[in-house]
Amino acid sequence: MKITLGLDSTSLTRRYPRLAVLASLFMAFGAPLGLYCAALLLFPMSSPERLDRVARQLLGYDLAASPYRHLVYALFLLLVAFVAVNFAAVFGGVATWVERRVAGRMQSRIGPNRTGAAGFLAWVADAVKMILKEDIIPQSADSLLFRGAPYFAMVGLLLPFVVLPFGESVVAADLNVGVFYLTAVTAFVVVGILVSGWASNSKWALFGGVRGAAQVISYEIPAGISLMVPILMAGTLSMQGIVRAQGGMPWDWFVFRSPAALVAFFISLTSSLAEGNRTPFDLPEAESELVAGYHAEYSGFRLAIFLMVEWANMWIMAGLAVTLFLGGWQVPGINAEMYRNALGTGVLPAGRWFVYQALSMLVFSLKTWALVFLFIWLRWTLPRVRVDQMMGLCWKYLVPGAFACLIVALLWQLLVPATGSTITGVVLSLGALGLAVKFVRASLRNISRVHGHRVDMSNW
Amino acid sequence: MIDMKIERQILRRTETSDEEIVVNFGPQHPSTHGVIDFVTQTNGEVIRRSVPDVGYLHRGLEKIAELVPYPGYMPFTDRIDYLAAMFANEGYALAVERLLGVEAPPRARYIRAIAGELCRISSHFIAVGTMAQDIGAATPLTHALRERESVNDLLEELCGARLTFNFHRIGGVAFDLPPGWADKVLRYLDHLDSYFQEWDRLITFNEIFVKRLANVGVITRAQAIDFGLVGPNLRGSGVSWDVRRDMPYGAYPDLAFAIPVGSGKVGTLGDAWDRFYVRVLEIVESSKIVRQALGKLPEGDIQVKVPRKVKPEAGEVVGRVESARGEMLYYLVADGSEKAYRLRCRTGSFMAMAIVEELSRGIMVADLIAIIASLDVVAPEVDR
Repeated sequence: MKITLGLDSTSLTRRYPRLAVLASLFMAFGAPLGLYCAALLLFPMSSPERLDRVARQLLGYDLAASPYRHLVYALFLLLVAFVAVNFAAVFGGVATWVERRVAGRMQSRIGPNRTGAAGFLAWVADAVKMILKEDIIPQSADSLLFRGAPYFAMVGLLLPFVVLPFGESVVAADLNVGVFYLTAVTAFVVVGILVSGWASNSKWALFGGVRGAAQVISYEIPAGISLMVPILMAGTLSMQGIVRAQGGMPWDWFVFRSPAALVAFFISLTSSLAEGNRTPFDLPEAESELVAGYHAEYSGFRLAIFLMVEWANMWIMAGLAVTLFLGGWQVPGINAEMYRNALGTGVLPAGRWFVYQALSMLVFSLKTWALVFLFIWLRWTLPRVRVDQMMGLCWKYLVPGAFACLIVALLWQLLVPATGSTITGVVLSLGALGLAVKFVRASLRNISRVHGHRVDMSNW
Repeated sequence: MIDMKIERQILRRTETSDEEIVVNFGPQHPSTHGVIDFVTQTNGEVIRRSVPDVGYLHRGLEKIAELVPYPGYMPFTDRIDYLAAMFANEGYALAVERLLGVEAPPRARYIRAIAGELCRISSHFIAVGTMAQDIGAATPLTHALRERESVNDLLEELCGARLTFNFHRIGGVAFDLPPGWADKVLRYLDHLDSYFQEWDRLITFNEIFVKRLANVGVITRAQAIDFGLVGPNLRGSGVSWDVRRDMPYGAYPDLAFAIPVGSGKVGTLGDAWDRFYVRVLEIVESSKIVRQALGKLPEGDIQVKVPRKVKPEAGEVVGRVESARGEMLYYLVADGSEKAYRLRCRTGSFMAMAIVEELSRGIMVADLIAIIASLDVVAPEVDR
């Protein structure tokens, strides 16, 4: 006798094609939007002072004097952490879909387009598939380390979310050593890579792990030094402080405010590509050389964690660059005064404040997605560098370059008045705009030059 | 003759300290282009030496030639080199024709040249595409496959198969050109000629790509000749040798074409980039040959009269063609029966495997991949 459950998802979507579209739309917009809303509501509200105030004025309960206050604070922090973890996971998933679709377009193929509308649910299906698969631990592997390695990587991915500002007030904790904290905790990822490479007891994984360690530790140095430039310009290590020192318009962004910052931006972007193991620096998992590198022996949900870390790391890399160099969440036309007025002094801020916060989150997300797109383009355009070339680039060019940037930035801060920086900002941002226009026009011309090629968006 | 069993033991035993390991690149590895094993002794990222272990794909194709009648062996030649089956067909057909003392009619010879050069384009696209893939660039491979797809469509229209053509016959070819086919080919070639601007921008002169391949796996002129390299691997080292020009066969004496050789443009003469670029230039050159051959295509028969039972007199002959992987040689011994007494097939990939050990001393792991890719090794052609 054949038993049918009636809940077979394929037959459901086949019978009701709209269901697939609705589910895709829900996953595409609903899930990220829900996470954004949760972040918007939870992140600013979770600080002890605000919780105290809300409890006192709304509930008439003096939380600050309560013996259970730490429990309440911790509960709210857990909620924030839950939102951050989910955001990372959902972003990582969506990023894999975007990456595959973009790669498909770049490579004259279609990419995933079966599961859900435009193939959007492919990443959900992939995640479910990987979680359901057997979690194989090789017999000769170091079982404890092998099992533990993905969590190191995951911790390295999730901890930066603490200080990454999504909006004017939407940040889990505005640490006064934000940038320092961030560079410190991102190094956890390499622990995961090294441990997985060693514990797998496979030669390919060992190659990958050692490569990863050498690469990430080397590139921490130029990355760290180039991050000093915006810190010098803002005079603070706090992520929010650095964003507040910039403005909404491109010429207020640090990247265009001095030539040193422009160079530092590219050094930091290159270094973060290397730290995130993205092409052209994907040596630890170089498929054509090391089969799969450090995660060659992993399967099932542990592999899923590694992949999630890899893709969700793009948000950290891009978000960091946006925060430090590209004006972060600053919305053109909304200044600090307006945020403060909208916040008011009441228990709950006015509706206007939430609109401003949402706008700032939108601006931050758009800029970050633009950089993520850049990373994806780079990955599907460039070949991979060799190990010695990768190290040479770091120690021979990026490290001295970053030091030079630091010194020039110091002198710039001392010698050039603020108007000088503004003029530089206008000139450089106009130059960047000109370059962008030139790039688009050259691309279109090059496409039309090949007989039979044209710009075609019909199958997108 | 290297005995791999002993060789492996030697390699394992020289694993003297914790610093050196023996690692198998293959038989299953994304970059070995088939089932080959490179037993590699490395000290970290630096390779001490790498010995290719071939034979995993041995199918006894030479022995099969002794078991089937002459015309019946034609489909088997397809399997010798599935990426350039036209040449494997043609070489065998030439050998048997020489044995019988017949020659294909002019139209058949021209069709052979057209089909062969299209096949060369298709094979070289795989070679340069997978090479880019092995260097870590994914997009050029899919672009190359897209371009190759059009060639395969054309060849499919011509002979009904996309990979294992079985197109040649002893004394001619199986089919004449379908109506309207020549125009389609010309339209495709128009596209192909302009396409290389894009290809060169995407990969050939890409800074990282050039840095990865320049001065890597340098094969000097003398080395190339000593190791018996053929085809683009030989020409990449600056030796201008091409069977099509130097030992002409088929329609090639009537056609004008250049033989691209390596020039050391971005590094040393005979480096991996030179071999890559020679293949790119050969695609352009093949396109010119196809245009010429289509322009000069004579009328007439496509098949000379050959008895149903091919029963050549006893004797031995050599048929050689310039395959996509270089000179492909069939040595055929007949004993007067309708089956060959012995067939020996000398292929370019097998010759190329010999030099890997020589080149692998003291290079990086990633360079070994680049060298294997630059030699354009096709595993079934190595083992037959």
